Amino acid sequence: MTTTGPTAAIVAKKHPVDDLLRADRLPHILCPGCGIGTTMHCYLEALVESGVHVDKHVCVSGIGCSGRTAGYVKVDSYHSTHGRALPFALGIAVYRPELTVTVISGDGDLSSIGGNHLIHAARRNVNMTVICINNFNYGMTGGQAGPTTPMTAKSGTTPYGVADKPFNLPHLVNAVGANFVARWSVLHARQLKDSILRGMRKPGFAFIEVLSPCPTGFGRPNDVGEGIEEMLKYHRRCKWDDKARLEDVDIDMLRPDSPVIVGNFVDRDRPAFCPATGAPPASPTGATEESTKERAAMKDAH
Amino acid sequence: MSTQSPSKPAATPRVRAGVHFMGGDFACAEGALAAGVDFFAGYPITPSTEVCEHLAQRLPQVGGKFVQMEDELASIAAIIGASAAGARSLTATSGPGFSLMMENIGLAAMMEVPCVIVDVMRGSPSTGLPTGVGQADIYQARWGSHGDYAVIAYCPSSPQECFDLTIQAFNAADKYRVPVMVMMDEVIGHMTEKVVIPPASEIPFTPRKRPSLPPGDSEYLPYMPDDDLVPPMAHAGEGYKIHMTGLTHDERGYPALSAEPHEKLVNRLVDKIRVHAADIVMHEDFLLDDAETIVVAFGCTARSARAAVNLARRQGVRAGLLRPITAWPFPTARIKELIAAGQVKQFVVPEINLGQVRREVERLTQLPVRRVHRAGGAMITPETILEAIVQ
Repeated sequence: MTTTGPTAAIVAKKHPVDDLLRADRLPHILCPGCGIGTTMHCYLEALVESGVHVDKHVCVSGIGCSGRTAGYVKVDSYHSTHGRALPFALGIAVYRPELTVTVISGDGDLSSIGGNHLIHAARRNVNMTVICINNFNYGMTGGQAGPTTPMTAKSGTTPYGVADKPFNLPHLVNAVGANFVARWSVLHARQLKDSILRGMRKPGFAFIEVLSPCPTGFGRPNDVGEGIEEMLKYHRRCKWDDKARLEDVDIDMLRPDSPVIVGNFVDRDRPAFCPATGAPPASPTGATEESTKERAAMKDAH
Repeated sequence: MSTQSPSKPAATPRVRAGVHFMGGDFACAEGALAAGVDFFAGYPITPSTEVCEHLAQRLPQVGGKFVQMEDELASIAAIIGASAAGARSLTATSGPGFSLMMENIGLAAMMEVPCVIVDVMRGSPSTGLPTGVGQADIYQARWGSHGDYAVIAYCPSSPQECFDLTIQAFNAADKYRVPVMVMMDEVIGHMTEKVVIPPASEIPFTPRKRPSLPPGDSEYLPYMPDDDLVPPMAHAGEGYKIHMTGLTHDERGYPALSAEPHEKLVNRLVDKIRVHAADIVMHEDFLLDDAETIVVAFGCTARSARAAVNLARRQGVRAGLLRPITAWPFPTARIKELIAAGQVKQFVVPEINLGQVRREVERLTQLPVRRVHRAGGAMITPETILEAIVQ
């Protein structure tokens, strides 16, 4: 550049998702370098792209840094209790099946205190999209180990290092039958947005794990560095492999040579959860009344 | 043998008007149906399982949603979510499950999401006596979740009341936007008696208070109360873009994490029930006009107490029964009134716990309050109560 005068600043008067944020609640409480804001943005972009009217989107969260998302997005939003976002959201999704329900919460909220609800919501294949922001620790309480914290990692509750193996969340959720399972880091903003959109459009349970830097809680005690440095680690180590064997996609952020596998791992079409309607079940065999009676008679004979 | 085609089940009406011989748990479920319940989430637990099973069968027949959840933590969360989306929602449980629900009963109180929780009390604490009667969850209903808040709790004393009070519970929940408990006990839940179900047109219905302003009107504040201290409620999917949180919040529903909004909110949550106590409280008076001994008893124990009062009267002892139908709010005003009348010389409080309602009576009077307690597993007999009356 050769110009010597002041460069004309390019200032956007309006951000494309401004209308979808509760501007009167900003600035948010998140730390510099945190990845939750990026994830929230990806959610809102997917929401716009979904074509579903904004009034028909519902956001539910639990407790924690990620759980605060519900308080910033300008849709009907519910900030429930710690771990209970999924059953709370189930109540909405089952009662009003025409609504597009998204749960945005953290790894500790969804997989530790809410772990039982996670496996059951995935097993049932409840029609909702779950964005699980994994920052490898409990951030809101100031950096303690959780079920995703890598072994040996230091934290407020593990001054001598984590002693237990962390969850491999895509493997877990796939094992119980979720219709859609993906993992991205916040560096993969486009792919993440696309996955969220696929989740919203997919009947059944969609689970998207989002790896997010937490320079305050996880980065500092573990020499990971600032948010940008954790992002550089994702850049260097993430390998996109949609066909990865999910039992092999464990993450160890503290082992420099280990790859972090990301991708859209699972896309299946198991029927989404639908409670009984009280109507007589459709006969899968096209059985007639006669054959039903016949079977009943056979059953009696036994 | 039925000639009905298996592909055409009989249309089962929501309100099964008529005279029935029905168990308390079933009557409770039928009461919920008559009240318009359209979402149930629950987990089987003795002695409330019949409520759950009966609704599993009946609710889908009338277009409602029944979900068996993974535990009681999930059950209560699901009914709050469904209610936030507009449902009349219900769960049913017993002591151990009731304990698990305490967390989100606090959430329902804080978010002001109406819902009904049936607790069929068994011997406790802990796993206690799963199939034996208890009445020891009365304080838990009021104080079980952390912090100050207020709830409404009804104590049916017959299957008929299981039906009637479950309807009442839904109406009160919607009117005041609170979690409402129906505190049955194992004896009442498993007792079979005559239950009269009136025609649908005679079922009392109090609608939930809804916003009068349209979505998008900046004047609408989700937590701005009316004069009755209850804010109108918008539902998910209506365009109001509401935010609900268990955090302390302001009139917009936004987190407001400081002392002043907290003071305002928590006081209102308690006051909205306190100032309406006279409208909410229900009790039954039996032979109180000239009573010198007043027996205060609820649930199945009130049935023994009524018999004991009759036995005492036959001996010429002027006894009467005050039966709290609402445990919470407690019929404090009525007891104070009876004390002020100057006739009563003593109270007798029989209950299947070690003195929960007794403490409520004791703190209102200097008169003797005789205790007739048992920990659980069996009813208190009329003779035992009579002994305390004539002592």
